[in-house]
Amino acid sequence: MLKQMEGSRAVAEAVALCRPEVICAYPISPQTHIVEALGEFVKDGSLAPCEFINVESEFAAMSVAIGSSAAGARTYTATASQGLLFMAEAVYNASGLGLPIVMTVANRAIGAPINIWNDHTDALSQRDSGWLQIFAETNQEALDLHIQGFRLAEELSLPIMVCMDGFILTHAYERVDMPTQEQVDAYLPKYEPRQVLDPAEPVSIGAMVGPEAFMEVRYLAHAKQMEALKLIPAYAAEFKSVFGRDSGGLVHTYKADDAETMVVAMGSVLGTIKDTVDEMRAAGHKIGVLGITLFRPFPIAQVRAALQGAQRVVVLEKSLAVGLGGILATNVRMALSALPIDVYTVVAGIGGRPITMRSLHGLFRRAEQDDIDAVTFLDLNRAVVDKQLDRERAKRRSGPAAEAMLRDVGVVAAKLA
Amino acid sequence: MSFQPVKFYQTGTFTVGNRLLPPEERSVQAQAKRYNSINSGHRACQGCGEALGARYAIDAAMEAVDGQLICANATGCLEVFSTPYPETSWQVPWIHSLFGNTAAVATGIAAALKVKKQQGEPRNIRVVAQGGDGGTTDIGFGCLSGMFERNDDVLYICYDNGGYMNTGIQRSSATPPAARTATTMAVGAEPGNVFGQGKFVPAIAMAHEIPYVATATVADLRDLEAKVRRAMEIRGARYIHILVPCPLGWGTASNETIRIARLAKETGMFPVFEAEHGEVKSVLAIRHPLPVEEYLKPQKRYAHLFGKTPQVEVIARLQELADRNIRKYGLLDGGER
Repeated sequence: MLKQMEGSRAVAEAVALCRPEVICAYPISPQTHIVEALGEFVKDGSLAPCEFINVESEFAAMSVAIGSSAAGARTYTATASQGLLFMAEAVYNASGLGLPIVMTVANRAIGAPINIWNDHTDALSQRDSGWLQIFAETNQEALDLHIQGFRLAEELSLPIMVCMDGFILTHAYERVDMPTQEQVDAYLPKYEPRQVLDPAEPVSIGAMVGPEAFMEVRYLAHAKQMEALKLIPAYAAEFKSVFGRDSGGLVHTYKADDAETMVVAMGSVLGTIKDTVDEMRAAGHKIGVLGITLFRPFPIAQVRAALQGAQRVVVLEKSLAVGLGGILATNVRMALSALPIDVYTVVAGIGGRPITMRSLHGLFRRAEQDDIDAVTFLDLNRAVVDKQLDRERAKRRSGPAAEAMLRDVGVVAAKLA
Repeated sequence: MSFQPVKFYQTGTFTVGNRLLPPEERSVQAQAKRYNSINSGHRACQGCGEALGARYAIDAAMEAVDGQLICANATGCLEVFSTPYPETSWQVPWIHSLFGNTAAVATGIAAALKVKKQQGEPRNIRVVAQGGDGGTTDIGFGCLSGMFERNDDVLYICYDNGGYMNTGIQRSSATPPAARTATTMAVGAEPGNVFGQGKFVPAIAMAHEIPYVATATVADLRDLEAKVRRAMEIRGARYIHILVPCPLGWGTASNETIRIARLAKETGMFPVFEAEHGEVKSVLAIRHPLPVEEYLKPQKRYAHLFGKTPQVEVIARLQELADRNIRKYGLLDGGER
């Protein structure tokens, strides 16, 4: 059924259709609307039986999820940014124990400096946590990926992060096609845990494992992630047969045939990139797009296949590996190893800075001339950085950097006036 | 022959022969078909107070809920010595997640069980969470307090041996003043742990006004069993804090564990009581009041107080703490109030 609604609400309704049995909630922008809506569904009885638990921290949220999942309940939570970091120890634990928890990450920057706006540094900080990580491009896809996510996680007994851009998707009102309960029930079987805490068959979960088996236990996690590379296309195909639309999958190409320059990105910025590419194609540029939906496991073969015909690849990512450059770009480079293709890292949109078509036009045109740095910061105000560096050279006690730089930038609202 | 109630006039012990008691008053451990929830073969040290406490507590809980129990366990001695891969001592469904999240894991289990019950699960399965003092009073305290204030249906048991014994005897917020640990060394002007720090979590649990809070020691195992049984009769958040001497960390002989625990109680160093909804309801009275030296002297962690020049002032300060417990909880008059 077509509806015009907020992204968070759409995800909440989709999660509710998946019949979660335990939901733990701790407020952090920009995921809060999702758990608020789910709390409302539980309280008004439309989602039942389900326990909605207001926990005291994200660490507790993931820990409650670990307990409920181990006791055999379909379990959901959502977080973002600092919340994801605060629960990090439990995030690794959930995957290590093989508990198929589904968690929305409403992607947001990580401080300091504190920043509530969108980028991907939160989810990507957990790239080695053993969770499946999948990135939505639109609200429709975010909604759909949650339904696929429960299926996938429970089949593999691995947890999954469904990542959607904070504010840009979570708070955007868009048209979505909300499935019916019958459709979701047809697609998503009842949760049958591989392991469950049950007095009838007592098991010990979480015993200490020494050097004699640790490697094998961890390899199993890797092998199961690799399995996801096969399962995801199959589940996406089945999804299409039930719901009538393409959603999810590993990667998606756009106008990639004969492209000399390929732009790689994840999440909602793909829309802006595609619009820019449309205009450039109309002007005769041979440029295409590779959208990466699945980040963990990283679909190396599919990325390689999609990019190997290009002369250069521009990885535009909303993240920064300080001291290196890019996170996504590093993964893409691995997929392209030994191929004679230049890979540019473009750090863009971090901390919520708008990625405009005007900037992208300039960037892509320069890239076509190989006239950008190996690691490029899109729309970086270099003058502000230089001024701070001057200050630090001039005076030992130069004070907190962020505050000084903010003063140099000036009040944004005043500029608008 | 009519039933003749047996009166006991033994002194200095609560140990009463099981055969002389009516069946309902006998220890769970006296039953041939006891649960053995934590089975033999584990790797605890000789004389481990925690292993003893856990055995009695979990078996009593199992008895109380007819075997329908799930345990969540914090990282620590109990976790490590009971599950040396690929072996496990646990005859109950058992999960270890992390050091600091056990109360929250138990909350999750309780939530799942509540939903399963609504879906038609016929059994009444209950949850016990357990951890040492480090996992409870320090790193796990946030999750513990959250579980308390939500009044989640969990019994949390803390085995308090006054320090991080699993990592090599470091100070925790349950380490008593003056005690030597690897991080409160017996050197300097004020050797051992400082006075005026630390926290008594049973009192903090009471401040949450949860339905049931109790303390116990491994000296009075029948009392411990009764408290676990009582706790399992109640729904909501419950907390039992058990003093469990650690021969390794305290520097006591392994055959002295129970006597040391009894001395902690008899000197007033560790008050044994029960509270409901934030109010003390009963205390286990001191039977033979003793000076704190009796408790301190056998423990090497206090050896620096008794050298060639005994630290009489420090001992007097510890006596003050014991006296305050005695006054506060009415330990001499059995809590008459």
